Amino acid sequence: MNHPHQDQKNSSPAVDEHRRNFIGGSAALAGITLAPSVMVYGLAHSKPNDEPVTNKVRWGLLIDASKCAEGCTDCVTACFTENGIHLPSIPPKETDPQWIRKVELKDTRTARTQSLPVMCQHCEEPPCVDVCPTGASFKRADGIVLVDKHICIGCRYCVMACPYKARSFIHEALTDQNPDVPRGKGVVESCTLCVHRVDRGEQPACVEACSAAGHEAIIFGDLNDANSEIAKRVTTRASVQLRADLALNPGIRYEGF
Amino acid sequence: MMGWLASKRMGKWAASIFAVLCLSIGAYAASGAAEKPGPTIIIDKSRAGDRCVEDTAFMRKNHMKLLLHQRDETMHKGIRTEKYSLKNCINCHASTKDNSVIGSDEHFCQSCHTYAAVKLDCWECHATKLKSVASATPAPTASVGDEKK
Repeated sequence: MNHPHQDQKNSSPAVDEHRRNFIGGSAALAGITLAPSVMVYGLAHSKPNDEPVTNKVRWGLLIDASKCAEGCTDCVTACFTENGIHLPSIPPKETDPQWIRKVELKDTRTARTQSLPVMCQHCEEPPCVDVCPTGASFKRADGIVLVDKHICIGCRYCVMACPYKARSFIHEALTDQNPDVPRGKGVVESCTLCVHRVDRGEQPACVEACSAAGHEAIIFGDLNDANSEIAKRVTTRASVQLRADLALNPGIRYEGF
Repeated sequence: MMGWLASKRMGKWAASIFAVLCLSIGAYAASGAAEKPGPTIIIDKSRAGDRCVEDTAFMRKNHMKLLLHQRDETMHKGIRTEKYSLKNCINCHASTKDNSVIGSDEHFCQSCHTYAAVKLDCWECHATKLKSVASATPAPTASVGDEKK
């Protein structure tokens, strides 16, 4: 298991961040002009319904692979239930939507195995957003990467661009959707970090399910809030981002492997 | 003399034309009252209350603009105010029979959209029933359907 670290990004010539910096600079200018009208609220978890999300918050997950139990799929089931996704067909079809999956890792030398959940990594520099021709794939101010299905034309560029295989295309007409999670045929979808729950001040379903199962392997929180548990953990303990060499700065971090 | 005669004749003509017009409008109005074209909109006051979030005339003309605006606010900014939300529409306008806004020409959304021949594609993705509505009314099959697998 070889996990590249963040500091490799500077030495890697593959990532040309010039364009990102240029675009980021223009965004920062826009931010200055907008800033006075932005209300700062103390407790991020209780955002009033009528206020927009802000970039003061960066939602993220910290997944402790050493606590993630092999064979346990409670987070996957909770995700399916919460988002109204039908459980995978038996036998599974390639077209089954998959917002979160359990990945089994095996060290080929020691034969030690581990498992961990992988979902949309909610990158700061999401490739899916870069390639989207319509602007349907976007990143919310608080770091959650979403698909605006009203605008998505189903071209699936983002599916190909995502290095984490996080996105699914819906091939068939759906019924009985969850009122909070509209889903339909012909568009792409992925983990929303349970945005409807987060906006209500709740935790994503997978986090809740993992706690309920007694594993506590997933922590949800605001990476920008120095007092949050997740921020304390990532500043005091070693954690990694998947494919850190791509310099996408995902909001999902892993530790314990 | 000739001028007076002409104007008198003209007056007669005008009067007869007016009478014919009145008659035909009256007949049209009478036939219209008997078979007035239009959708049958069923609103259950027990669920919907006395008035919508805006005046009826305004809503008839502008509901789609309100929904479109709210859609972008919610999707991109996370603003989830209830007033103009699609969920709020369903909350009041869902049928008391099956808690849905579509399904037949008696259902609120579908009745008008069928009449106006305007395609309604909200419901290809959005739920036509609310969890809260489904659980608040005794409709076991609906609540099971909404609970999600």
